[in-house]
Amino acid sequence: MTMWSWVLAACALAYALKLVGHLVPDRWLDDPRVGRMAGTMTVGLLAALVVMNAFGSGQALAVDARLGALLVAAVALWLRAPFLLVVVLGAVAAGVLRLLGAA
Amino acid sequence: MSHAVPRPLRSSPGLRIGLSVALATGLYGISFGALSVAAGLTFWQTVALSALMFTGGSQFAFVGVVSGGGAGASALGAATLLGLRNAVYGMNMNALVRPRGWRRLLAAHVTIDESNATASSQTDPLEERRGFWAAGLGVWVLWNTFTVLGALLGDALGDPGRWGLDGAAVAAFLGLLWPRLSGREPVAVAAVCALVTALAIPVLPPGVPILVAAVVAALMGRSPRGGGRDRVASGGGAEAAA
Repeated sequence: MTMWSWVLAACALAYALKLVGHLVPDRWLDDPRVGRMAGTMTVGLLAALVVMNAFGSGQALAVDARLGALLVAAVALWLRAPFLLVVVLGAVAAGVLRLLGAA
Repeated sequence: MSHAVPRPLRSSPGLRIGLSVALATGLYGISFGALSVAAGLTFWQTVALSALMFTGGSQFAFVGVVSGGGAGASALGAATLLGLRNAVYGMNMNALVRPRGWRRLLAAHVTIDESNATASSQTDPLEERRGFWAAGLGVWVLWNTFTVLGALLGDALGDPGRWGLDGAAVAAFLGLLWPRLSGREPVAVAAVCALVTALAIPVLPPGVPILVAAVVAALMGRSPRGGGRDRVASGGGAEAAA
């Protein structure tokens, strides 16, 4: 197969996965237990995404300038900063730390 | 949920958070474009991945395997493994957003980390919907625009980490999680899942730790301990945008 066919096949599979989730019957979703699980799953997935983005480096953990971004964002959120400011501060923290020589 | 008058679009927290997330993530497309071309994919293959696959983690995995000299089949395998979580998001988004008709097909395409997270950060059904579409469509437009830019500029830009963009992603996901951490149970779920992810990253293929965390979180939600509904208990979604 050519690279083009692999690209398009992978794209089709990615879309199929998204669609399968959307096509789960509604009556499953009306079960209150499913609602509870969706709630805890959202929290769990977000926490996992934070860790993956802050410490993940391929198949390894790494502590680098992103830890600074995480701490600065946490302080900003604790001080009730608006979302966009939190995001900008995270970028600035990581950028400045790298400028100062952090990995 | 019986809520007060819907907020006008101008002061919609869902829309505002969605667009902020879109900006933070969309800019990162520049690094994908540059990496993909450097990995040996053509300009149009790069563009196709962003427009059609449209799930950042899988796209990075695909070009990562190709640049490491891997076969097309393993690139497809890695990308698909990473995309599994989108099926979970799809289920979640179908429950919150409930798109109908042709919108279902479009909603499926823009079901990604960011749109799922933005919609979930809201508690009002209308804001959930606005957040989903703002983040989903917003990221699509910006992600593709910056992919094209990255593919054209190539290596001239260097490592996007130097611009602190990876720090922006960390802050954005923490910002989406934060308002949901009211009460003991969500904090416990977040702490356990964060730990599970950290432990799983070194031993499992990229993308799979997220799935493990999802399963752990679902199991924690299944046990009736604590009672009540977290989605309602979180309630702080609007404050994040205030």
